[in-house]
Parts: sequence; C-alpha cells; structure tokens
Amino acid sequence: MSLTGGPVDTGELIGFAGSSGPRRSRRRVPPGEALRSSLIALVSTIVVFGLIAVVVTNAPNWPDVQHSFFNGEIFARSLPKLVEAFGTNIALFMFAEILILALGLVLAILRGLPGPVFFPVRLLATVYVDLFRAVPGILVIYLLGFGIPGLGIAGVPDDLFFWGAVSLVLVYSAYVSEVYRAGIESVHWSQEAAARSLGLSRLQALRYVIVPQAVRRVIPPLLNDFIGLQKDTVLVSVIGLVEIFREGQILKSAAFNFTPLVAIALIFVVVTIPLARFTDWLVARERGRQVAGGGR
Amino acid sequence: MSDLAPALHIEDLHKSFGALEVLRGIDLDVAEHEVVCLIGSSGSGKSTLLRCINLLEPIDAGRIVVEGDEITAKGVDVNRIRRRIGIVFQAFNLFPHMSVLDNVTLGPRKVLGLGRAEAEARATELLERFGLAPKRNDYPDRLSGGQQQRVAIVRALAMQPDLLLLDEVTSALDPELVAEVLNVIRELAANGMTMVIATHEMGFARDIASRVCFLDAGQILEEGPPAEMFSAPREERTRQFLQRVIDAGRL
Repeated sequence: MSLTGGPVDTGELIGFAGSSGPRRSRRRVPPGEALRSSLIALVSTIVVFGLIAVVVTNAPNWPDVQHSFFNGEIFARSLPKLVEAFGTNIALFMFAEILILALGLVLAILRGLPGPVFFPVRLLATVYVDLFRAVPGILVIYLLGFGIPGLGIAGVPDDLFFWGAVSLVLVYSAYVSEVYRAGIESVHWSQEAAARSLGLSRLQALRYVIVPQAVRRVIPPLLNDFIGLQKDTVLVSVIGLVEIFREGQILKSAAFNFTPLVAIALIFVVVTIPLARFTDWLVARERGRQVAGGGR
Repeated sequence: MSDLAPALHIEDLHKSFGALEVLRGIDLDVAEHEVVCLIGSSGSGKSTLLRCINLLEPIDAGRIVVEGDEITAKGVDVNRIRRRIGIVFQAFNLFPHMSVLDNVTLGPRKVLGLGRAEAEARATELLERFGLAPKRNDYPDRLSGGQQQRVAIVRALAMQPDLLLLDEVTSALDPELVAEVLNVIRELAANGMTMVIATHEMGFARDIASRVCFLDAGQILEEGPPAEMFSAPREERTRQFLQRVIDAGRL
C-alpha cells in the first residue's frame, strides 16, 4: 500500500487508509530519504505503465479494438443516456440497502437469541441465510422477477423494479446478517454482563451496548457489501428492467460498438471510489473521537 | 430498605461449571450496612459467588434472598432484581462507545425511567463527589485505570442499589492507582453502603471489613471479624493462605 515503496513504516500504512485521520508514525523518515523514495516510485510507475501502453498499442489489432471499445464520439453520445439510466441503479441500491441493513440486523439478532424456546426462530433465520447465500443472485432475480408476477395473483405487483429490489434485499441481507453477527460476537461478553448488571433487559443491552459497538466495528465490511450491491444492480437487467447495463446493451447494439460498456465501467468506478474514501474517513473519525474524547 | 430480614441471605449455594464444582454449599448472611470481604486464593470461588448473587450466573442449587425476597425463585424478574444489586468488575467493563456521563446515566434512564436532565444532574452530582466531574464528557479510553474504575463504581451507584458487589476491583490497576479506588470504597463504607467485596488487598480488608470470610475450594471455611481472622485464624488452611500473602508482601 505504500506509495513510495521506500522504507515502509507501519504508521504510513495506517495513515494511507484514512488520509484525514491521525497519522501515527512511530519512525520518522528523514526528508532526503523520503524524496528519494518518491522519485523512485514515480520513475518505476512511469516505466511500468509506459511499457504496458507500448505493448497494448502496438498489438496487431489495436486500431480495431480502439475503434470498438474506446471510441470517443460514441462515448460522448452514450454518456448522458447511461447516466440517466444509472438513476434506476441508484434508486435500486439505495432503496435495497436501507432494507438490507435493517433486515440483516434483525436476522443476526434472531440467530443469536438464546434458549430452547427460540430454537425454531434460530432455525428459520439460519435456513434463510444459508439458502440465499447459496443460490446465485441472478437466479433469485430470474425466479422472483418472472415467477411471482407469472402466478397472476391479484394485488401482487408485477413491477420489475420491485422484484429486482426484493431479490437483491433477499440475497444481500443474508450476507450482511453474517457481517453483523461477526460484529456482535466480537463484542466481549463482559459488556453484556455490565449492561445486564444495571438491570437492562437483553434487548436493551443489545440496543444500547452491544449493537452500537458491533456496527462501528463492521462498517468497513458493510461498505464492502454495499459496493457489491451497487454492482449487482446490473443483474436486474436479466428480467428486462432498463437500467444502466440494459441501456448500454441497447446503445451497443445500435452502434455496433462496445464503447458504451466501457463507459458503464467508468461510471461505476467514479461512484465507488469516493464511497470507499468516505468510509475510511468515517472510521478514522470514530477512532479519533473515542481516543480524543470530549465529543459533545 | 426493610426491617428485620438481612440485606443478603445465602443458603447452601451450589454452582458447577461442567464437571468442576466451583461453589460447594455456601451459607452467608449480610446485615444492612455491613461490609463483608471475601478472601481466598484464585479459583476459590469468590468471583463466581458474586456473579451468582447478581444472577449473572445461574445457580445449580440453594437459595439467595435479598431483603426478604428470594431472587433465585422460579419466575422472578431478573431485571428488577439486578437494579437493586450493583456490581463492579475487575476489568471495569465501561461502555467504550459512550462518554462517562452516558455510561453513568444509561441505567437510570433506560431502567429507572428518569428523564435525561434529571439523570444527568444526579450523575454529575455523583461524579463530583468522586472527583470525576471534569471527565464527564470524556470517553473511557482517555481515562486512567483508576479513573475508569471510579466511573464504574459511580455507574453502579447511580442505580441507587441496596447492595453493592465489588469483584477484585483493584486487581487490574497499577499499584499507584489502587489507593484512589480503595478510598472511594472506604467512603461508601463510611456512609453505610452494604457491600460484599472480593479482594486480594488484605490490608484494605482488615481496615474496612465488618467481617472477613475465607473461601477455600468453594466453601466458606472460616469467617470472623478482621482482627481475629488476620491475627488468630483457627483453620490451618486459612493460616497457610495468610502466610503466603505475608510472604508475597501484601499484608
């Protein structure tokens, strides 16, 4: 992860993950040495990427590939339509993520209920998680999107967006519940003992003591799943919902050119990277607040 | 607070972890305003006994009665009982995601149903009494071990318990921080708080206890006033234990 590739100190590794967070260098690198490391990094980067560029652009069929994948004119023409269609993806993953975060937490808590009385609840939650982690998401989308409206039951929506979102919620809540569960189990049992000793009920202990600590710990893996969800919204195109990928395919077929698909890739990159940095910032801020104190 | 019933009455208490019987028939009575110190080597069952009294561990046999109410009876509301019995742990167990003030007010607000303003006013008063008011908005990570343990004591006191259990509360502290915590407990004792204290601090036990109980292999082998226990123990095992303590320079 070290940009300079020079003598790595652990503080730099931590600092890089959250650039706005507190830097914790244990060992200071002398300025001359740091400059030298940066120069080496710069030169080796230029050399490596320069070589790749030379090899690729000198490939026998590069002009054809350039024309069908990196066509500037088609890119400019399709970008507005793609961005517009991306609105559907955004709506899908925002709407689904809210439900996923809630349902995942409920599932994780249900799986952790103690005692023989709750065995059926634990069993159901476990079966749910196992099932929806096992079945490929694209199949869930297919089966729900075509199957349930196909039943023709009165009052059941046949909206593609609805069933696409439901499918994503089902699949991702299973993953997310496991993330929450790991977080809950990572909170030491003495925290629950302390909460219960004050007279808090089990649910109150979860709500005020265990879950807040668990959630803070699992924000990075939750974000990881959120990014996965964003990308998987394109799977909903298989049931015919016009979102960015389907729009891209339409444009691709119309122009006999793959550039729209490259444009889609770029759009996802542009959306994902700031989100990742935002999470790093959140985590660093939380860490800083607990260490620095005086939050209010 | 009620009349004739002892603050705490324990009868033939048994507790096992798997095949290991940790408590083998404990009988103990604690009167109101009494300070009972439990001494004994590690593994003798002191901590387990305290955790059983607070119902943090289910018991296998016996009865525990607090101010006339049998708390080990079937169907009792454990949450109602726990709010009457405070416990302070060896490792503080403060909530790291909450400020000192929130740590102290969580119980009063969520369990006793106090409003935020009233809970915070009461908490601030308690924090002031123990010299912690300047730390009220800090997170536990920022405090020294001694300060953390004093906050933990305040957190337990904020519930206005009838009985306070202290589980080796100075064992995780640096030596120079022990005194500040012991002084807090001394003040509580002077104000008449009923306490059961598991401790390795024999000097402290001798000063503060109304009665000292020596636990050995899950039983109270010997009990008596501190002067008697520390100068003229009757049992051979007690004598050996105290000799080891003296050899280690802790008395």
